[in-house]
Amino acid sequence: MNAAIRGFEGIGRRSAGFFDQVGYGSALFAASIYWLLIGWRRRQPVRIRMIFHEMQQIGVAALPIATLLSGTIGLMLAIQSLYSLGLFGAEAYAYIGIALSVAREFSPLIMAILVAGRSGSAIAARLATMTINQEVDALQVMGINPVRYLVTPVVVALALMLPCLAMWANLVSELTAGLYVSASLNSSLGAFVNDSLTVLKTGDIWHGIGKATLFGVLIALVAAVNGSSVSGGAEGVGRVTTWSVVQSICMIVVADMLFAYIATR
Amino acid sequence: MESTEAQLEAQHHIAALRAESTAQRPTEAELMARPKVIEVDHLDFSFGARQVLFDINLDVRAGEIMVIMGGSGSGKTTLLRHLVGLMPPQPGKVKLLDKDMGSLKPNQLMDLKRKIGVAFQFGALFSSMTVAENVKLPLRELTNLEEKTMDIMANLKLEVVNLSGFGDLMPSALSGGMVKRASIARAIVMDPKLLFLDEPSSGLDPVVSSALDDLILKLREAMDISVVVVSHDIDSAFKIADRITVLDQGHILASARVEEIRSSTNERVQNLLNRRSVEAEVDPAEYLRRLTGD
Repeated sequence: MNAAIRGFEGIGRRSAGFFDQVGYGSALFAASIYWLLIGWRRRQPVRIRMIFHEMQQIGVAALPIATLLSGTIGLMLAIQSLYSLGLFGAEAYAYIGIALSVAREFSPLIMAILVAGRSGSAIAARLATMTINQEVDALQVMGINPVRYLVTPVVVALALMLPCLAMWANLVSELTAGLYVSASLNSSLGAFVNDSLTVLKTGDIWHGIGKATLFGVLIALVAAVNGSSVSGGAEGVGRVTTWSVVQSICMIVVADMLFAYIATR
Repeated sequence: MESTEAQLEAQHHIAALRAESTAQRPTEAELMARPKVIEVDHLDFSFGARQVLFDINLDVRAGEIMVIMGGSGSGKTTLLRHLVGLMPPQPGKVKLLDKDMGSLKPNQLMDLKRKIGVAFQFGALFSSMTVAENVKLPLRELTNLEEKTMDIMANLKLEVVNLSGFGDLMPSALSGGMVKRASIARAIVMDPKLLFLDEPSSGLDPVVSSALDDLILKLREAMDISVVVVSHDIDSAFKIADRITVLDQGHILASARVEEIRSSTNERVQNLLNRRSVEAEVDPAEYLRRLTGD
């Protein structure tokens, strides 16, 4: 009986904790938008220099690994498409599935997972370390709003750079898939690209960009919530870093499903 | 133009700092004639069910050095966090420079915080920035000064704390005493009216600690600021303080001038001054309640 009560108590506590974090994340998002729009009137503008710095770290520095991953995804999709469509003798239509799935699904999803692991964890670790070392307290007593200084640049940078990475992934995946398909079907890369462009609508590209922007904001907020709620020294930093990646990926997958459902209604 | 003014002002500070400190402790009457710059009224604070501060009443006068002393867990850091606005008073009142911190809007609180400087126990320097960048941070974020002016002001403040030439180093390359001094340089870069120092001498050898005490005295003279120091270093407190407030288990045991604290007949104050450990009085029922969490 006691075990059952403890079990329910645990579920209740975790649920309350989850809603607490969602509320805190929402407040951080609102505060970020506030400082972005109103900060200059409060003599605390969000520095463009810091946004560019974050964009460089999150986006430009991730280009090599993003290229490698998206190239591999393009190849994998081409291989699978040719195999599955080959069962019906429809290999020539592989470009349809590849073009749509890359632009609408794979590029934003894979880039978001990559950025969550690469940058989300780094942001959470940085904020957690700053919290433990009283650097966040130091900002507060100087009269510098920590959300404006630490969180807003990250939110903006992720919201801008993840769509850019997704667009880059579109190009690379299409290219590697096109090379494989054209080589396998003895056709030209130009024909593959042309066919793909006839299938792809502007709405498909916007679908991917919209998702990537949403994922970027989610990664930033999850990292900020985890980083700023750290406790327990170095071990705590490790814990929130891991949690940040796990939560980001879970939220990305759930948001992806919801976004796809709403956008295709 | 801006650069020249900043340079002249800072050179004035440095000249004052290089001169031997000749200031005598103000008399009781002199001290009480000065305006209050900090007022704490009936401040209580609890972490959950555990009360940490009990009915704290305190005032600090303009140009005064007030040392808040107490053993570990006495509540002095929690009190400091209230004084610098990191914790809202609940209930009670904390007034800085005649402004009630509990009733200020967030942007008014931000403005007030520009008039105070805080040096944390472990420095709280930003590890990703050089020492000079750390010192320049408040100027960069809170003013519209030109880069050249900020460089001059940061270098002069570093000179004030004897760290000129160390501006390009990262905080990780500094010794404990240098980190504390760099932290003080950052705290005074905006020329605050109030300076708060959390355990400035902890972890330092006696020579470095004594030099830091001299720096605090000279800063007060040169910049005409009020200083609140949280410390458990008795020698340092007697050297720099105009008044000492002794905290014990969240209560103010005594708040008086140095000589009065030295000659206090309060047993717990004497125990603290003579570094005698005291068995804490434990209420068995309360202890059991805390263990079981009921």
